[in-house]
Amino acid sequence: MNTGTSSLAPASVGGAGLLLWVAVPYACLAVFVAGHVWRYRQDQFGWTSRTSQLLEHRWLRWGSPLFHLGTFMVIAGHVVGLAVPASWTRAVGVDEHLYHAAAVWAGSAAGAAMVAGLGMLCARRLLTRRIRLGTDRSDKVLFPLLSLTVLLGIWATAAHNVLGGGYDYRETVSVWFRGLFALSPRPEAIADAPLLFRLHALSACLLFAAWPFTRLVHVWSAPVGYLVRPYLVYRRRTPAPAAPCRTRSRSRS
Amino acid sequence: MRVLAQIAMVMNLDKCIGCHTCSVTCKQTWTNRTGVEYAWFNNVETKPGIGFPRRYEDQERWRGGWTLDRRGRLMLRSGGRVRRLLSLFSNPHLPALEDYYEPVTYDYDNLLSAPAGPDLPVARPRSVLTGRPTAITWGANWEDGLGGAPEHAGGDPNLSGEWAEKVRFEFEQTFLFHLPRLCEHCLNPACVSACPSGAMYKRAEDGIVLVDQDRCRGWRMCVTACPYKKVYVNHATGKAEKCTFCFPRIEAGQPTVCSETCVGRLRYLGLLLYDADRVGEAAATPDEQDLLDAQRGVFLDPRDPDVIAVARESGIPGDWLEAARRSPVYDLVARYRVALPLHPEYRTLPMVWYVPPLSPVLDAVGAAGGDQDDPDHVFAAVTRLRIPLEYLASLFTAGDTDVVGGVLMKLTALRSYMRAVSLGDAADEADGTALRAVGLDDAEARDLHRLLAVAKYTDRYVVPAAHKEDAAALTAVESGCPVESAGGLSGAGPSAGGRVSLGMPTLRRTSPEGHA
Ligand code: HEM
Ligand code: SF4
Ligand code: SF4
Repeated sequence: MNTGTSSLAPASVGGAGLLLWVAVPYACLAVFVAGHVWRYRQDQFGWTSRTSQLLEHRWLRWGSPLFHLGTFMVIAGHVVGLAVPASWTRAVGVDEHLYHAAAVWAGSAAGAAMVAGLGMLCARRLLTRRIRLGTDRSDKVLFPLLSLTVLLGIWATAAHNVLGGGYDYRETVSVWFRGLFALSPRPEAIADAPLLFRLHALSACLLFAAWPFTRLVHVWSAPVGYLVRPYLVYRRRTPAPAAPCRTRSRSRS
Repeated sequence: MRVLAQIAMVMNLDKCIGCHTCSVTCKQTWTNRTGVEYAWFNNVETKPGIGFPRRYEDQERWRGGWTLDRRGRLMLRSGGRVRRLLSLFSNPHLPALEDYYEPVTYDYDNLLSAPAGPDLPVARPRSVLTGRPTAITWGANWEDGLGGAPEHAGGDPNLSGEWAEKVRFEFEQTFLFHLPRLCEHCLNPACVSACPSGAMYKRAEDGIVLVDQDRCRGWRMCVTACPYKKVYVNHATGKAEKCTFCFPRIEAGQPTVCSETCVGRLRYLGLLLYDADRVGEAAATPDEQDLLDAQRGVFLDPRDPDVIAVARESGIPGDWLEAARRSPVYDLVARYRVALPLHPEYRTLPMVWYVPPLSPVLDAVGAAGGDQDDPDHVFAAVTRLRIPLEYLASLFTAGDTDVVGGVLMKLTALRSYMRAVSLGDAADEADGTALRAVGLDDAEARDLHRLLAVAKYTDRYVVPAAHKEDAAALTAVESGCPVESAGGLSGAGPSAGGRVSLGMPTLRRTSPEGHA
């Protein structure tokens, strides 16, 4: 796959390229979607952040907000970097230089916060015995995979865009990423990207595949509705057993 | 007027012997599971004392309950909605496990498997959380019977300022009582209002406050918001759990487990009708000391024809209204007004009320050389002995000593009157002056005495069963289809993958070194 030419013809990637940059991403995406549907219907009871603050709060006090805020910024950065074509940002007057500077500065801050936070969260998982014993199988997949993805991403950015001469992933990785969702895969676009970017993309695919089976499902339950609902919640037993036996994902699993 | 019914509780504190039977039977029923080892839906604490979790009454620290904002509107003490969402990632006011205590088990196996030797084998304590040997340094009622009081009593948040100093050195000779506590199933529950995912709710039919285990997402804001600290995080499931008021039993017309097993027979269960439209207004009463009256004002007289008519209209069944008329709770709370709410100043409008204990005052009278049976001596003590009175007032009336004093005088008058009656004086010969002074007549005195002293099981627990026609729907709402889980008990709460019907943790702690 490293032998691809600069031509963007689909034929230019081999079988390995197709597997890695088309089959694997789509498979992971399928697992991501199907997994969420399945889990939401089957396991409302397990759908939680699985808070561990009760058992350990000193690391969490700093680690969790740092990690989460860093993550939100990083996600925002990815949305801009991956989903928005460079031509669009240019169209609103953000030239390549400005974009690059913003990405490097904001990205560094976000990345640093995320890495520091995640480091603390991992540290408490490893060092606090109570937390370690409460770490289940899904956590044992999630934390390494999440850390790997984050580290690869940071490393790629640092190596190429902060210390290195600058690499414009918006012309390659982003094209591939958007191709996936446009249903016209462009595996050749990423096939030549530097190794760190490719590894980062792959581990991210795996993270998305693992997502529905871990505590990360709590992300979709971000309680924004709380801002507008009435304070006092009454519930009434339904007056008649209208259809108690139909599967309702809300009230039963 | 929107009439709702609530199943409420009253406890007569003079009768509590602090045996903890209620706590233990409750634990065996609800919290003998991984993840809630440390939780006590019902706990009994010594007062004065630090409480469980430690200093939970210190709302400056824990931010439980409601306050009024500058414009006099109700506001959760832990902050507004945006503030709450911003503190999701780490809740700054969540008690740590150390504020409860480290749950332990014992090396029981060692008792059997230790090799023969000169010493008796012992069962050493081990932390349930780490599996490691641990020293037991705190518990749910560590200072039981004022044990360690000189060291700890100053930690009671109800004792503040110079008063604390005074009490600290005197109260050991003065008074002590036990305070059994469970979720108050408040009319204005702070826990419900703080739940970001809307998983907590108050049942319209019987007022029981529950956590929907399927909708709780583990944001743990309810724990902070509850000023009584009666929501607990299950650290294995990552979800909130709380006292359920034994709703499966209540629905079947049975008393809660803590009531059923109470050794002192001091608990009463019954319905209260209340006007849901007036809850918010009552909770926002400007002066804390008016909250008691405001809350009483929300309760409706079950004999009032208007109330009955509206209640019937809003679907409260006839046998429930009948039960409301026989409710011992209504009598103690609203008719004789001898029961008081715990910490009304938290503004949650709690629904477990207490007949304050007379014993601290009687003890003080005795210690001062007075006659405990002479109402004049007791009355004098009630007005003069500031310490027990102010302490009780800080628990039950937001500091208003007149109200607590009034209740204690009522109990004293009742006590001496009934003493005279049962020692053989004919009722009309017994001196009724003291009785009249507290606003009771002979018939009322006998009725109140019957209720407080001799009431039988069926008089103490007037619990109407949930309606059969609702029952199927109820089970469906709480635990999924009753048919699908046929054969199994489709009990309360969560069901994982349609298999588990009680809140069983998904995480099974692999018992470290075979213990846990
Ligand atoms: C959408 C808004 C989000 C909210 C409200 C939220 C909230 C929370 C909360 C309350 C916890 C539990 C902390 C504790 O008490 O132990 C948590 C843990 C966690 N969250 Fe989030 N989160 C959000 C988004 C995310 C995102 C986008 C990610 C990453 C992709 C993420 C990853 C994690 C991880 C890995 C943990 C586990 C921390 C640990 O226990 O070590 N969260 N989150
Ligand atoms: S006492 Fe019960 S109902 Fe009241 S706020 Fe606490 S948990 Fe909620
Ligand atoms: S069982 Fe009754 S007497 Fe015993 S501690 Fe509980 S409330 Fe008090």
